[in-house]
Amino acid sequence: MSRFIDENLRLAREIIARYPKPRSAMIPLLHLAQEQNGYVPQDAMEEVAELVGVSSAEVLGTLSFYEMFKQIQPGRYQVNICHGISCFLCGAGELLSHAEEKLGIKSGGTTPDGMFSLEAVECIAACTEAPALQVNYRYSHRSTSEGFDELVDALAAGDRTDIPEHGILATVRQRIPSERAAGASSPDVSEVPVWLGEG
Amino acid sequence: MAVDHIITKRFNIVDAHTLDGYLASGGYRGLRRALEMVPSDVHEEVKTASLLGRGGAGFPAGVKWGFCPPGVWPRYLVVNGDESEPGTYKDRLLMERDPHQLIEGCLIASYALGLSQCFLYVRGEMAEAQERVAAALNEAYEAGYIGKNICGTDFSVDIVLHWGAGAYIVGEETALLESLEGRRGMPRLKPPAFPASFGLYGKPTIVNNVETLSNLPWIIEHGGAAFAELGGEQSTGTRMFAVSGHVKRPGVYEVEFGVTTFREIIYADEYAGGIAGGRELKCFIPGGASAPWFYEEHLDLPLDKATVDQAGSMLGSGAIVVMDETTDAVAACHNLVRFFARESCGKCTPCREGTAWMEQILSRVLHRQARPDDLDLLLDICDNISPGFAWPPKMTTICPLGPSAVSPVISALGRFKDEFETYIAQSQARPRIPVASG
Ligand SMILES: Cc1cc2nc3c(=O)[nH]c(=O)nc-3n(C[C@H](O)[C@H](O)[C@H](O)COP(=O)(O)O)c2cc1C
Ligand code: SF4
Ligand code: FES
Repeated sequence: MSRFIDENLRLAREIIARYPKPRSAMIPLLHLAQEQNGYVPQDAMEEVAELVGVSSAEVLGTLSFYEMFKQIQPGRYQVNICHGISCFLCGAGELLSHAEEKLGIKSGGTTPDGMFSLEAVECIAACTEAPALQVNYRYSHRSTSEGFDELVDALAAGDRTDIPEHGILATVRQRIPSERAAGASSPDVSEVPVWLGEG
Repeated sequence: MAVDHIITKRFNIVDAHTLDGYLASGGYRGLRRALEMVPSDVHEEVKTASLLGRGGAGFPAGVKWGFCPPGVWPRYLVVNGDESEPGTYKDRLLMERDPHQLIEGCLIASYALGLSQCFLYVRGEMAEAQERVAAALNEAYEAGYIGKNICGTDFSVDIVLHWGAGAYIVGEETALLESLEGRRGMPRLKPPAFPASFGLYGKPTIVNNVETLSNLPWIIEHGGAAFAELGGEQSTGTRMFAVSGHVKRPGVYEVEFGVTTFREIIYADEYAGGIAGGRELKCFIPGGASAPWFYEEHLDLPLDKATVDQAGSMLGSGAIVVMDETTDAVAACHNLVRFFARESCGKCTPCREGTAWMEQILSRVLHRQARPDDLDLLLDICDNISPGFAWPPKMTTICPLGPSAVSPVISALGRFKDEFETYIAQSQARPRIPVASG
């Protein structure tokens, strides 16, 4: 079963409490589910639905809009090669063909051993460092074919411990210490902020 | 030109992203200064600075702030850190290298306007930015800069880091709010949904770009007038421009806004250093994928909002994409249109259907399988999305994404029609291929 483990359930409740309305926590909670499982399984969607108080169809509706959420398990390493305009001008096409050859899969595919998924993606905000790619959302700038081979070989050999497996988005999380929190601001409570004074 | 850097001034300080590094380099002075002022005076300083929004539309921040209806509470701040316009690369740098500067900017805005909660929406694909911002927020909470009774005053506000999940359209401000409410990121109809009056949960909401807010600490520390002295008449201060594509030194450069010319930023040695390989310029995009293209004759225009608008394009998100003479205009045009076709949210028919058709036609041309009347068909579709191809575009759509897909087509066809015609002349007409097949 892929429902939240206790620690993540606690975290999920903490995240929900930060928002004025629980539904706003839907995307962060889906990330949490993806972090736990590598993708978002059906029962995780149901649990997120329960937690934020909507139907699981609504969770699916939201989830399916966003590219990062996977409904089937991708490779341990999701390799995203940018084919946006700046990268295209700087050789992204050749890099992508090379990657397909090196990994033996087409863009959109996953290697049979479940190690790598490959995708051509839109601009990833590294345009001056073209051609750019990401492995599990960690960047490689100014990529070359040789550099790509080295990267893939190092990942396959388990030498890139700086790149966590797919689903783990950020290794640092926001913590709001309860004694420091100002608290979520409900849209239903109309109060003049104290520091503005009476006027 | 020797200009003091404002927002990138800490980029060469190794530990600028930590609280210690930030404080040691003058951090949180703007906030302390603001807290000594009455909130409305802080707002006045931002108006005086005439700070234009850096997210794309270039609307003055101080004026936008003034659109919050009086007496309606609560008000929210939503920071747009979704940076995904092709060619754009600056907000990620600001979040990774100087996250406290952004946080300080959020606090100043919140203090000035009585914003009672702030959501920092950061694009999901930016893991390191997420980490840097999270770490900075954690430190700032611990040190009493965020949360309850900030710096011992009665000013209290939470800043919540929110993870995006990958969708370009979410950068559009009303789609951003939909996404923040846990929905598909589809733009809302304006009016009534101008965020300043009807935003998050229907409450007044200020949506500002990361770079816009990052300017606030400097503005409050040094005064709006000092900021307005820098740069051009309306395009004040400095601004970050990413110069990418076929240049010798692609990079992100902070330059005086409204003064520096395209020629300088593309050719000068201290900036992009000219076209790589000694080749000639073919064209350049002055402000991201959505902007109409510029050519040789535009090189001496300053990077000034009004000037560029008047010349028929826009500075958009500060993304200059340079294409040299070897560039295939049809392929570049196809690349840009494919982006919009993929990223259309599907809410309006002209955009959803039109961009997909355009992509297919261009792909057919590129594969030398065009039909003789394909260019007419392409223009007809463009006209349906953006009638008359005016600038700024007329729209039949809810948001500007649809019309954005028209820009590269009108640009490429206007200047390089012969390249399209060559492809068409070489085409093996295969008139039976259905246009809208998957
Ligand atoms: C399709 C589309 C995508 C956009 N993407 C972004 C974006 O990624 N980041 C951003 O700050 N603004 C983006 N904008 C502009 C926002 O709608 C909004 O104008 C801006 O965030 C306001 O902040 P500013 O006034 O500080 O510039 C986009 C607009 C459109 C129409
Ligand atoms: S123009 Fe396109 S992206 Fe914008 S709302 Fe309409 S369908 Fe969605
Ligand atoms: S176009 Fe590839 S990172 Fe922007």
